[in-house]
Parts: sequence; C-alpha cells; structure tokens
Amino acid sequence: MRHIISILIENEAGALSRVAGLFSARGYNIESLTVAPTEDASLSRMTLVTRGSEDIIEQITKQLNKLIDIVKLIDLAEASHVERELMLVKVKTSDETRGEINRLADIFRGKIIDVTCNSYVIEMTGASDKLDAFVAALNADSIIETVRSGPTAVSRGENGLHL
Amino acid sequence: MELSGGQIVVQCLKDEGVEYLFGYPGGAVLHLYDAIFHQTDVKHILVRHEQAATHAADAYARSTGKPGVVLVTSGPGATNAVTGIATAYMDSIPMVVISGQVSTAVIGSDAFQEVDMVGITRPCVKHNFLVKDVNYIAATMKKAFYVATTGRPGPVVIDIPKDITDPNIKVPYKYPKKIKLRSYSPATKGHPGQIKKAAELLLNAQRPMIYSGGGVVLGNASKELTELTRLLNFPITNTLMGLGAYPATDKQFVGMLGMHGTYEANLGMHESDVIIAIGVRFDDRVTGKLTEFCPHATIIHIDIDPASISKTVKVDVPIVGDVKLVLKQMLDILKEHKKKPSKKALAAWWSRIEQWRDAKSLEFDRDSNLIKPQAVVEQLYQITKGEAYITSDVGQHQMFAAQFYHFDKPRRWINSGGLGTMGFGLPAAIGVKLAHPEADVACITGEASIQMCIQELATALQYKTPVKIINLNNRYMGMVRQWQEFSYESRYSHSYMDTIPDFVALAEAYGHVGIRVEKPEDVMPALEKAFAMKDRTVFIDFITDRTENVYPMIEAGKGHQEMTLRIAPGTPIDRELA
Repeated sequence: MRHIISILIENEAGALSRVAGLFSARGYNIESLTVAPTEDASLSRMTLVTRGSEDIIEQITKQLNKLIDIVKLIDLAEASHVERELMLVKVKTSDETRGEINRLADIFRGKIIDVTCNSYVIEMTGASDKLDAFVAALNADSIIETVRSGPTAVSRGENGLHL
Repeated sequence: MELSGGQIVVQCLKDEGVEYLFGYPGGAVLHLYDAIFHQTDVKHILVRHEQAATHAADAYARSTGKPGVVLVTSGPGATNAVTGIATAYMDSIPMVVISGQVSTAVIGSDAFQEVDMVGITRPCVKHNFLVKDVNYIAATMKKAFYVATTGRPGPVVIDIPKDITDPNIKVPYKYPKKIKLRSYSPATKGHPGQIKKAAELLLNAQRPMIYSGGGVVLGNASKELTELTRLLNFPITNTLMGLGAYPATDKQFVGMLGMHGTYEANLGMHESDVIIAIGVRFDDRVTGKLTEFCPHATIIHIDIDPASISKTVKVDVPIVGDVKLVLKQMLDILKEHKKKPSKKALAAWWSRIEQWRDAKSLEFDRDSNLIKPQAVVEQLYQITKGEAYITSDVGQHQMFAAQFYHFDKPRRWINSGGLGTMGFGLPAAIGVKLAHPEADVACITGEASIQMCIQELATALQYKTPVKIINLNNRYMGMVRQWQEFSYESRYSHSYMDTIPDFVALAEAYGHVGIRVEKPEDVMPALEKAFAMKDRTVFIDFITDRTENVYPMIEAGKGHQEMTLRIAPGTPIDRELA
C-alpha cells in the first residue's frame, strides 16, 4: 500500500542523506521525496512517499524515528489528508496544435507560464493521478520534458505536525 | 578559560571523566595530540592499528558500562576504525570516536588523507557529527556522550577538521552540564497496562520460557532479571550476548539458545506457550527458520528500542522501556498479585526440560588422545574459578567459550556477537585489562582470528596488560570448515592456511611468554603455569583436534526442533532415536 510519511527534521547538513541512506540500507523503496525548510528555519519538512506491507511501513516509521535528527513524523495514510504535486511540462507547439494544448491545459486547470514560437511550459498542481492523466492526454510526441515535485501533503483538520 | 580546539577536546574528555583514550596519531590530529601531550588525566593508549583502538575501547565499555573513547586521524585512520565502529553498533555498545579531518578549506577537494567519514560511518553509528566551528566543539562532545550512552546505546563519531583544533585560535570554554535534544528522548518506564497484561500471561503460563539477551547486560538489569526468574521458577535461556546476565551455574538456567544453543533451551522455546523476551532482538542466529519459531507461544517482548519490536517475529505484548525499570515495575505487580504460577504445570514442564537435559547435548569425547577445544575451555573455567573476564574472537572457539565457560556475572563475557568480527579478541582483552587491572583476563581465540590483530601484542607489552591468550589452534578456520563439511561435501575451500606462524616464537619476539601444548594431559599444567605469571602476557598455543565440530547445531534455515546433535551413546535421546 502507498503511504505518505511527513517528517519534521533538523535543518542540518547531512540530514537528508540520513533518511535516504536508511531507505537504501534497509531495502525500502522511495517513490518520491520532497524537502524544504519550514517557517522555523531550524526545521525542514520532508514528504516521503513509499510502498510496502503494514509490517514494512511500521518498521520504516520506527527506523526513521530512531534517527537522531528526526524531530517528529506522521504517516498521513492513517488519517484523511490532502496532497498536491507540482508538475512543469514542456511541450512542442505549432500553429496547428497550440489551440488544442491550450484547451487541454484549461480543462486540467494548468497555466502556461512560458511561451516561445514552438514550445510551451505548462504548470500544473494537483493530486498525482490528475497529473498522470494530463500527461496521458497530451500527444506523447509533443512532450519535450516533464518535471514533477513529488507529492506534498498535510492532514485535514486542526491538528498538524509541529513542535 | 580560553582554549584552543585541540585543548577543548581534551578538556571535554576530562570533564566527561574519561580514563583512557585509545588511539593512533596522524596529520589531521596533530594539534589534538599536542594537547594530549600537555596533560596526564586522560591516559592515551597507543595501539598498533586503528581497528584495535575501537575494539579495545569497545571492550572497555562492555566490561565497565562506561563509554569507550577512540581518537584516530583522517583518511586511512578513520577507515581502519570503521570495522570496530560497526562491531560496536551491532552490539549496541556506547562509544565515542573522534576522527581527524582535513581542514575545512579543502574538504571535498580529495585532499591528502581525506575521506568522507561522516558519510562512510552513517549506516553504522547511532549518530555522527562534523564540527565546523571551534565554538561548537564542547556542545557537540556533550551531545555525543549523551547520545552514545542513553537509550539503546551505540557508537557516535565526531569528525573534526584540522583547522578547528588550531592552537592559535582560542575561544572561551564551558562544558555544558546538561543537554536536551528536542529530537531525541530515550524511553524510560514501560506502559503499566502492557506490563499488567504481561504479568497475567506469565502467571497463567503452563510451559513458560524466559529468553533474555544483551539488553539486560547493557541495562544493568541482571539483579532484576535474576529476581524475576527465581520468583516465577521459570526456565531461563540467554542469547550469546546475554550470557552472564543470569548465573549460568543456577539450576533454572537451561543454557544458551539458538544455532549452537543447548537441546533443552531450543526445544523449550519450541514447545513453550508463553515466552518473555527481555532485551533481545530475535536475531536470525537465535530464531532459526522464522515460520517455525515458537509456534505455540504467546510472546511478550521488553526492549528499549521500539524498532526491535516485531521486526522479525511478531510479538503479542510489546513493552517499550528501559529494561531495568520495566522489570522493577513487573516485579512489583507480580509480588502483589494473589495468583501464583501453577506449581503443577511448572513441575510437569520442568520434568520435560530435564528429559531434554539428559540428552547432554554439549557432551564431547573426553577420552580422545587429542586436545579437545571444549576441554581447554572447561579447564580454563576451573582454574579461573569462573571469575575471569573472557574475550573471544569469532568462530568455533567463540561457541566453545560460550558453551563451556559458565558466566555467573554480567559484563564478563566480551565478544562480537552481531557483526562477528574476527580480530576482536586480543585488543578487547587489553581494553578489559586496563579497566580491571586486578582481574584475570583471557582471550579465547583461534589461529585464524588471532592473526587479524596480532600486532596488538606490542600494545599489551607497552601498557603492561598481562592477558592470557588461549589459542585453540586447529589449523583451520574451524567454523568455515565445519560449514563446508556439512553443506559443501567437505570441500574445504580456502579454510586452511598453508603457513601458520610459530606462535611461541612470535609471542617471545613481542616480549611475552609462549607455551605450546600438544597433549590433553598438559593442558592444565600449562594453564596453571600461565596464570601463575601474574605480570606476564602468556600466549598458549593449544594444538587441538582439527576435526572437532561445534554441537549441537541448527543448520541455517531450519527450526529449533530440527537440531543436529552429537549423539552420546546410551543417553535417553539416543535410545529415543534408536
């Protein structure tokens, strides 16, 4: 099963490699990982998407908790949450295809943030499956490159992951 | 007080009460060594290879409960220490390793003797630090000792670039009295509800087993474990790491369990209905085949590390906490409880265990005209009255030591259990002897293991640490040969060394006493002679039966009930099989 693990970690050199190293050393898989400082500059917030049986996920969370730099973590799959991923897609355009790509981007609530005579960069946020659907809807030959942030997520309601 | 970085490191060690620093100098730590030169409180032990520094510090920690401290230089000094750091990590030993690093200005430029020590050790330390500012040294040292010694202990590395220890840069020094980390709070007491639940299970058990391990030794909970075991009158087995936590000569002790555990311990585990696992981690050498592990048992597990719980074996009643505190809580409940364990059920269970005991699964041929390694350990046990500190290397001799030296006290059995590091024994013996100068210290080893750190014979002479080296010389890597005999149709691929040194001459070359023993009747006289020489390191080279195997044995991938015994003629188990 897919799990999203949200982590508050000391914003120190090497902290990210401790997390990544743990996953490779113990043979856990990381589907995606995002990390950036929080409003408190001494802390970073990490969102990690992984897959595994309940036993494996339990071990992952326990092993992560053992890392000295990790302050707190939560498995968001345990409660309801909202998640968003950011994607930038660069596509080839021509006079014939521009209109269709515009309409498609509109339908998916994407924004065109860069235009040249023969390309667009489309920005889109949403759940990962929506981004998948948009990529599938584009003509595969027209895609120059895609870049995705990996999901970030927060739990719903008034509780949150903080000190 | 204004001090340089190098002086600060040394002053921190003094303030931590560090007695010995095991190390080896080099370019990146020269400022530090100069600071060491100007004081006498922290005694530096110069080893002959950095691996030995870590093993000696590790064994010092195992035998005292205090953290072991190591100082090595950057690059090869640091990488040589890694084996010892990993050894300590696997056995949860508190250790602080200070490694020199190239100057901050050249980090990352592939400078001379540069290696990413923080990166290399990351998977085998509890935590590590790179100190990039002289003002942070004291706080980092405090954190390192705090993290290493609390919770589930472990090694901590502090990597210090050379410029940070510059004698010309002085800053105010103050060693923090206390430290609190918002991201680290080790477990203390256990959950009362869970402990109550566990107590009920124990009191209603029909075929209970106590399975305790290294956590009891590390947690100084031997007294509480003994009290619990006696109160309940349950059989108790110890893991390799847990030996000594419960007196091995007590009748309730059924021996070590696992791959080379006793018949009664392993079958007891297999047939038990309630197991209380205390400070153990269900290691594969203990459990054998996981799907067949203790099929009838409800399992209670006490451990300080939540990640140890249900890692390999799913447990029914987990209790996270400091083992000493949890056992105290449990004893309070059990003593006040109206219900007592069923005498009838326990009598039946003990008589079943006695049947297994009658198989005498450790027995060996006592009439052989060759020296049996087991007989050497037995006689070592007799001559030291079971009071010696025993270090060991890794292999058959390690198992014979565990089986035949009956440890009645904790912290007397010093061996590399988790990582299984050959070369551990001799430097470990030196570390133990420094900590316990009045005690007898013996290193049980083999001719293969001892050669991995034999250079430390020089260290033993320099610091006058008279240890006795019991070399069970079977001219084979015994455990490798045994597996090759069992699993590879006796194709002894590279488990034999064509040239083995003359250990007697070698010991003498290093300034020690060497004795060679070739006949069974000469074993005791040689031991007597060796132990009479209180102030000499003695290397006794016992030429043992090279075909001897460690029995009993659970072959890899088999369950506890599938033990291979060396069948002693006429025993009940022999009759049962016939």
